[in-house]
Amino acid sequence: MGWRVVVDMDLCESNAVCMAVLPEVFEVRDDDLLYVLDETPPDSMRAKAEEAVARCPKQAIAIVEA
Amino acid sequence: MLRRIAVVGASLAGWHAATTLRREGFDGELTVIGAEAEPPYDRPPLSKAFLATGDESKVVLAGVADRETLGITWRLGRRATALRLADRTVDLDDGSEVAFDGLVLAGGADVRTLPSLPVGDGVHALRTLADARALRADLDRRPGPVLVVGAGFIGAEVAATCRQSGRDVVLVEAAAVPLERAVGAEIGAVCAALHREHGVDLRLGTAVVGRDGPGAVTLDDGTTVDAAVVVVGVGVSPATGWLEGSGLAIADGVVCDGTGLAAPGVVAAGDIARWPNALFFGDSMRVEHWDNAIDMGAFVARRLLAGEDWDPAEVFAPVPWFWSDQYDRKLQMAGRATGADQMHIAGGTLEERRFVAMYGRAGRLVAAFGMNRPRHIVQSRGLIARGCPWDEARELAATWI
Ligand SMILES: Cc1cc2nc3c(=O)[nH]c(=O)nc-3n(C[C@H](O)[C@H](O)[C@H](O)COP(=O)(O)OP(=O)(O)OC[C@H]3O[C@@H](n4cnc5c(N)ncnc54)[C@H](O)[C@@H]3O)c2cc1C
Ligand code: SF4
Repeated sequence: MGWRVVVDMDLCESNAVCMAVLPEVFEVRDDDLLYVLDETPPDSMRAKAEEAVARCPKQAIAIVEA
Repeated sequence: MLRRIAVVGASLAGWHAATTLRREGFDGELTVIGAEAEPPYDRPPLSKAFLATGDESKVVLAGVADRETLGITWRLGRRATALRLADRTVDLDDGSEVAFDGLVLAGGADVRTLPSLPVGDGVHALRTLADARALRADLDRRPGPVLVVGAGFIGAEVAATCRQSGRDVVLVEAAAVPLERAVGAEIGAVCAALHREHGVDLRLGTAVVGRDGPGAVTLDDGTTVDAAVVVVGVGVSPATGWLEGSGLAIADGVVCDGTGLAAPGVVAAGDIARWPNALFFGDSMRVEHWDNAIDMGAFVARRLLAGEDWDPAEVFAPVPWFWSDQYDRKLQMAGRATGADQMHIAGGTLEERRFVAMYGRAGRLVAAFGMNRPRHIVQSRGLIARGCPWDEARELAATWI
């Protein structure tokens, strides 16, 4: 089963909490915007991705099963 | 083997403790007791998005919709009134009792008020959803200036939210500089300037004396503020009243060891807990931040389940972290500036209102406060966690342009 990381950019406030949890996937750049570096990370990152979902203060991140 | 676990406090720390207990395989009886009528919700929006819009979807906490699927007995709208440690029993305010083998204390903090300005008739405190609903309703009902008492983070956010919805705001702070204890005088002054730039009438070094009928609040500089609505934001105190005399050590919080254990089979987490943080020279800490309630709630759940099998070397030693949204600025802080003997500005300038203030203590980076610098605060948090030497941190920060 594949899965994807989706960020609702209307909710995201670029506080970079997700980047602290999983920098391989989430990056806040100097323009203060969040970039999802890899929308379909390997399964080995699933637990960390779920932690990012739980940690995002804006609840902007979702994991979608594809 | 624990068979019955009770959690007192149905908010952020209690919710994360309870869900962690289940995730870690605890399948015994689990009771969560919460004084508020609501299931766990998210407090930070109460002074931000919810206050601005009244949209209650903003305070929904992830996962809480599934709370009935976890085999938890919810005792909401019920307050724990006494802990009988020897009997392993908690008494509730309806006369019932909850027996436990394991107890999680997650009662958070109660908002402080001022004797000179009792809540009611246009005067508000802000801690709960009920408080926020009442404040919003009053703001709608009573047009005119808002007086905010206390320029800490919550007071500052309320002031900012009210300004952004077009209200005149008077912000009164007893100290000469706001947030001095948290960020030092220089950065506190920047926070003060931010309010003034956004049209807030900020009165520093000024205290409230009392109230002359509805509206008129008198200050100790002899002036009177005509306010339609007053919000008192003078901090919180840990909700430990019901634990006095229980045998637990209480000292501005429930006193725990470095693993969050307050007594055998009793742990505490979130705003109520005090513990020595090994990462910060063993300083005794009590942290009133969202992130800590999550982290510590989960940590002490595992601690409780492990009992005597816990490795005492595994202590709770996080880098505290929080954010505060004010106007168009994101304020964030990682670590603790307490006892700092060095300060350095990187990644911008104070004038731009875009910078990182780094704090050093005993040759190490111990804290970083940022305005619109989220990425660097995250990086600083990592540096603080690994005890990065001060000089090295300064060098690294030189690339933060
Ligand atoms: C308006 C506002 C804005 C905030 N903004 C931010 C922010 O931007 N960033 C940030 O990091 N933090 C913020 N915070 C702080 C953050 O919300 C708290 O740190 C967090 O809620 C602490 O969680 P907790 O579970 O420890 O305690 P609490 O959330 O205080 O919950 C404790 C619960 O226990 C209940 N309780 C207490 N005693 C008993 C008893 N005897 N019996 C039964 N129930 C009991 C209480 O009623 C309460 O529901 C904000 C707080 C407020 C009020
Ligand atoms: S944690 Fe959430 S709000 Fe923060 S940058 Fe990531 S997605 Fe955006």
